[in-house]
Amino acid sequence: MFKRLEADLSNSVKGETLMFEAQEVSFCAGETVAAALLAAGVASFRDEPVRGAPRAPYCMMGICFECLVEIDGSQNRQACLTDARAGMSVRRQCGARRTL
Amino acid sequence: MSSWDAIVIGAGPAGMAAAATLAENGARTLVLDEQGAPGGQIYRAIERNEQRPQLTALLGKDYSSGGALAARLRASAATLRFGTSVWRVDEGCSVWARTDGRVERLSTRTLVLATGAMERPVPIQGWSLPGVMAMGALQIMLKSAGLHPEGRLVLAGSGPLVYLFAKQCLAVGMNNLVLLDTAPLTNFLSAAPHLPRALTGHGWRYLLKGMKMLAALRCSDITIHRGVHELVVQGDAHAQSVAFSIGKRRHQIDCDIVGLHEGVIPNQQIIRSIGCIHDWDETQHCFHPRRDAWGRSSKPGIFVVGDGSGVVGAQGSVHDGTIAALAILGDLGRIPSSERDRLFRKEDRSRRAHLSVRPFLDRLYTPRAEIFDPPDPVIICRCESVRAGDVREVARRGCLGPNQAKAFLRSGMGPCQGRLCGPTVTEIIARSTGQTIDETGYYRVRAPIKPLTVGELAEQADFN
Repeated sequence: MFKRLEADLSNSVKGETLMFEAQEVSFCAGETVAAALLAAGVASFRDEPVRGAPRAPYCMMGICFECLVEIDGSQNRQACLTDARAGMSVRRQCGARRTL
Repeated sequence: MSSWDAIVIGAGPAGMAAAATLAENGARTLVLDEQGAPGGQIYRAIERNEQRPQLTALLGKDYSSGGALAARLRASAATLRFGTSVWRVDEGCSVWARTDGRVERLSTRTLVLATGAMERPVPIQGWSLPGVMAMGALQIMLKSAGLHPEGRLVLAGSGPLVYLFAKQCLAVGMNNLVLLDTAPLTNFLSAAPHLPRALTGHGWRYLLKGMKMLAALRCSDITIHRGVHELVVQGDAHAQSVAFSIGKRRHQIDCDIVGLHEGVIPNQQIIRSIGCIHDWDETQHCFHPRRDAWGRSSKPGIFVVGDGSGVVGAQGSVHDGTIAALAILGDLGRIPSSERDRLFRKEDRSRRAHLSVRPFLDRLYTPRAEIFDPPDPVIICRCESVRAGDVREVARRGCLGPNQAKAFLRSGMGPCQGRLCGPTVTEIIARSTGQTIDETGYYRVRAPIKPLTVGELAEQADFN
């Protein structure tokens, strides 16, 4: 779906990794979680709570909240505003967030 | 006593110019921004990309020019706090911020809201499918991560960004690209009378840049369709094709990614939450916060500058931010009023020179009516899956405004808090009831305007 610029391909090889569900996702320093997941081919970030339809980032600037995921156990995190960090555990958010 | 003379929210062109001007003249200035670095969306990742010549070359000269402003901000004495969300602002200038899960209340004598623009929502059938993104979002991926779409790309929309991003895709080496120009062909008739003014000031530079972009696209291999309407995106769990009309004929194209764009509007969330008065702007087709020539909003001590106050572009925003800073410096007694007024006249002249092109562009790229008044089955509130027909139905049953619609339908009550449905809900209700847009009004926006946990709130000690 998305591809890195030629000049960046060599840099990303040495990149660090985070976990998305059971998938290892590599990223370059300074990238957001949303960019890292899209670059790794992740098509759907969450199932919206009303009808369970799949959703993925729309605005990439903190407006649309379609990129909500669970990061290190904390739900409703905006993946497009969160910098990717090595060892992060990211999960899809299915339905409404837990209240407790 | 306030800890700060000024807090500037947003480090795009307007916020950077305001903060640098304030701090250079001795005002204690704090800048807050959600991103990790200065630049806003227009100059996103401007500092990091200095090390990436391939990327900056394809993003162009206008992008690179933002580097000087970021450097000026860094060199000033302004305190910069990035990765910080403002989730509440109270009248009387107290600002509640959240950084890395830590909540803090800050107090200031004045507040400069430089929250910038957002892309106008494009409610069409299928716009909530994965694989459909705002065109600005695709450009943010390119600026911030050097990522570009791969596969069959459809760019559909109206406005300068459509051509700019298409040209950048070409520069990246993408060739599987179809451009669907949705600007109504009749727009030129309403824009034409404003062309002479658009040639004055800096206007001709913008027009020349636009014509060069259009010429480059025409000379390329990409397919361009004009007068596109009745656009829908199809697919089960992901965008697979787009269908659209040109004249009366239907067309269909298979695709992997769709970029949508129908211009930008002020990002009004914070400004609305404070209760600043807004007025409808028919030409830009959006609400503008009411302000005076210096950028003062209807609330004391609160200034609104840049695209957040009405779409003025990056350069217009720089002058806007500087002008507000001059007003504040004058109020603080840091510059004499004669000096303030002299600098104001200079800044205002430049600002107007950059704005001369806007009346022409605003009319040339006014979106087609179906964007404001989408067909019944179209989801308009993505968070709560509320459809255009649902809003029309409650309006028929006597609902007079967006806040009542919210209570009936939950539109605007999801995580985005109405950012993506507010403009459409107001338009649909106004059209259904026959009220004006000003009479119909907008959602009452309430804090917290960004998510925070009860735990984060509880750890904040200062609760009075």
